[in-house]
Amino acid sequence: MDITVNGTAVAPPDDARVSLLDMLRDHLHLTGTKVGCNQGACGACTVLIDGRRVLSCLTLAAQAAGREVTTIEGLDPHPLQAAFVERDGLQCGYCTPGQICAAAAMIDEVRAGVPSYVTADLSAESVPFSRDEVRERMSGNLCRCGAHNGIVDAILEVADGSTV
Amino acid sequence: MSRVQNAAISSVRTVLGWVPDRWLPSGSPDPLIARQQEIGRPTSRVDGPLKASGRAPFVTETVLAGQTYATLIHSTITRGRILRLDSTAAEAAPGVLLVMTYRNMPRLGIVPMASLTNLGAAGNSALPIMQDPEVRYNGQVVAAVVAETQEQADHAATLVEIDYAQEPAATRFEDAKAGARTLTSILIERNHVSVGDAERELRSAVHAVDNVYRTPRHNHNAIELHGVVAAWDGDALLVHDSTQAIVPTANALASLFGVAKEKVRVISPYVGGGFGGKMMWDHQVVTVAAARLAGRPVRLRLTREGVYRIIGGRSPAEQRVAIGADADGRFAAMIHTGYSVMPPYGRFPEQYTLGTRAAYRSKSFEIIQRHVDLDIVPNTFMRTPGETIGAFAVESAVDELAHVMDLDPVELRLRNLPDRHPLSGQPFSQHAVHQAWTDGAERFGWSRRQAKPGTVRDGEWLTGLGCGAGSFPYARMPGANVRLTLRRDGSAEVSTAAHEMGMGTATVQAQHAADRLGLPLEQITVTLGDSALVAAPIAGGSSQTVSLVAGLSAAADDLRDELLRLAGPDSPIAGLKAAEVRLADGGLVSVADPARHDGYREILARAGRDEVTVTAAGSPPLEMLKYSMHSSSAIFCELRVSAVTGEVRVDRLLGSFDCGTILNPKTAAGQLRGGMIMGLGSALTEETLFDERTGRIMNPSLADYHIPAHLDVPPIEVMWTGIPDPRTPMGARGIGELGTPGVAAAIANAVFNATGKRVRELPITLDKLL
Repeated sequence: MDITVNGTAVAPPDDARVSLLDMLRDHLHLTGTKVGCNQGACGACTVLIDGRRVLSCLTLAAQAAGREVTTIEGLDPHPLQAAFVERDGLQCGYCTPGQICAAAAMIDEVRAGVPSYVTADLSAESVPFSRDEVRERMSGNLCRCGAHNGIVDAILEVADGSTV
Repeated sequence: MSRVQNAAISSVRTVLGWVPDRWLPSGSPDPLIARQQEIGRPTSRVDGPLKASGRAPFVTETVLAGQTYATLIHSTITRGRILRLDSTAAEAAPGVLLVMTYRNMPRLGIVPMASLTNLGAAGNSALPIMQDPEVRYNGQVVAAVVAETQEQADHAATLVEIDYAQEPAATRFEDAKAGARTLTSILIERNHVSVGDAERELRSAVHAVDNVYRTPRHNHNAIELHGVVAAWDGDALLVHDSTQAIVPTANALASLFGVAKEKVRVISPYVGGGFGGKMMWDHQVVTVAAARLAGRPVRLRLTREGVYRIIGGRSPAEQRVAIGADADGRFAAMIHTGYSVMPPYGRFPEQYTLGTRAAYRSKSFEIIQRHVDLDIVPNTFMRTPGETIGAFAVESAVDELAHVMDLDPVELRLRNLPDRHPLSGQPFSQHAVHQAWTDGAERFGWSRRQAKPGTVRDGEWLTGLGCGAGSFPYARMPGANVRLTLRRDGSAEVSTAAHEMGMGTATVQAQHAADRLGLPLEQITVTLGDSALVAAPIAGGSSQTVSLVAGLSAAADDLRDELLRLAGPDSPIAGLKAAEVRLADGGLVSVADPARHDGYREILARAGRDEVTVTAAGSPPLEMLKYSMHSSSAIFCELRVSAVTGEVRVDRLLGSFDCGTILNPKTAAGQLRGGMIMGLGSALTEETLFDERTGRIMNPSLADYHIPAHLDVPPIEVMWTGIPDPRTPMGARGIGELGTPGVAAAIANAVFNATGKRVRELPITLDKLL
């Protein structure tokens, strides 16, 4: 069964050991998806599968068969990208595509009312877009340069506005 | 590192002290300080859109024709030798092209060891790389497997069988202290400083503190893994690397592999975080050697564990800080001594006492660093080496003294600020530390602090406020070449083999070039990251920006001279000499009569030239020896500590900086915040866990080494005095490392204010507060 990557059907790799991350980067040359640890700890490899964020380093390519994978190349252009640049939510830029993919899916999670560790009322139907909610929900995406404030500012700007 | 060096530097400083400023190449203030247009604007990163779209090329995305993939095998013992190494099964595995071990690795010399000023050296370790069966530290590279795919290489690496004969290893810090070495100098400073009798002054002081502070190993943990793609074409070598030392790496590889320098090209346009960790280590050498043996291009990407195993980090340290003061709090004794690890095959002394020498006045000083030798991967520079841990110790001690005296810790610091360098007596080039403290204290609301610890409580949370000072020396590197091309269409290109690892190098130098040349920002392009460009020094010591500003400034002078020659007798500026014109408004302008102006387009058109290219290097950085040049910070923190769990939550951080001209407030704020966040990590969570029984790092993973995540990072306010330094290019000093020092102390001091518990060992984990 094919994998749909950014709207294009591709055959799964012959070697069953190939991760979704390595398929994207080394086979399809979609190198916007980054590798930071290959341990599921840093979030640099975050992509969307059927609209939900996943760590592509911990996902075998075969697991994506029959599903839709969206990478930073598939999101492009996205309002988060411009907001990240304007708010300086990046420095070296290596974690940035993963941050943006995670943020895009995270905004949908909040809109769907999915609570988080910092949500005060777990039974409430809607979750507010607060700075703390964004910080908690983005904590799986590490940044070593220290662009955290700008990243959260950019996400809040896009999520609060009507641009998404 | 010798007595001769100490004497030589001391003599040069003495002589320069007598030389009038105007005789120095950098003697008079940069005229552009007064004419900022693009400089000082919060311009967004020029490479931001490329990075945010994932299109910025990082090293392991390189694909060369016929490229193969490598995996390293790391030693699992600390000291000993390989008794048996069987690679038969690995060599027979599908896709495997090569198993490289000490048996078939090309015979190579030692990598030239890095130094701040040597463009031919970039190494961190003087150990041989896979030249013999000896194992000298845990995790050392013992084999490399090359295959057609990464998966094949990874699998084959598991099939290599190695038996070792283990030998005793030095792995315990406390045991090694007995054999500690005392270096003559620390970088370019004398190691041992003794002014007066500090121990006697301490004993007789009215108020005194005397404690030991401990800090652990740290790893840089750039999110991008180290990677290399190497390809040979005859005796020409192409290396795609992720490095903050492009030209030194190219030159070192040339000398190591015995080829001419011009035959080696190192390309590194974007570096996914460096922080001192992306210099030259074993992985580049192994990959280049494997490419030669395999006869194919080879890509190596270290695993995250591999980064911990073979890329050294910050040394652990144990520091004694003792301060004695008179009844008014004026320091009579400042004692700062300690131990850190530096094996004989390493090079980086973790200079934690350098900041102490310039921070405060004192009647007496006793300063010395000692180095212990362990069998470990050699330590190296990590963002704000020395000052990060030195400031934790000293600024904790100052806070302890203030508490003993029942004096406000800001006030205690202000009473002891020096008006010239406390040891050398050299004048400061610019020094507004007092203002940084008072401005910062006011903005932060420091007056809300309750002096008595443990008195502010809301439910389970105890609230505390703390502060700490940081500093970082100014550095400018010699050998920063810049090529400047001015085209007939009025555009200009700036190129140099410098580095972009998130500092905003291209952005800020484009702003600088726009002002220096009098051109619109959109007309400037900046090209970096390739050893085929004119040579630039390493990106280190927070020096790259001012080094390039000096290089570009010199190139602009040469361009002015060249354009003046080309302008010819029909020019409105004909007859004027170089000193009588300047570059402004898209051309040459008479300084005396701005109405006399000749545009770049017109000059080039008349001369029949499509472009003019000049190359120049910055002047020798003599200002560093004539003046005491430091940037400073006052860091403030507000946090909560759970009385139930000991959990620390930092609610606010504010950094008030005195660091010269801010070239771009947007990118500068990012760098300063980034440094502060690394300080936050060092305070609360970061520690490379080292098993002293075996010599092995126990948490080689981003899941077990905790760098600050989004929820750990509060809103961070940064502010600056903005006062230009009259002795530096554009009035600027480096800011890449200034954010970190002082943060860990501010946090530890706030924890004390919240709880009454003084933690003198980082990181401040929950167990230390229960």
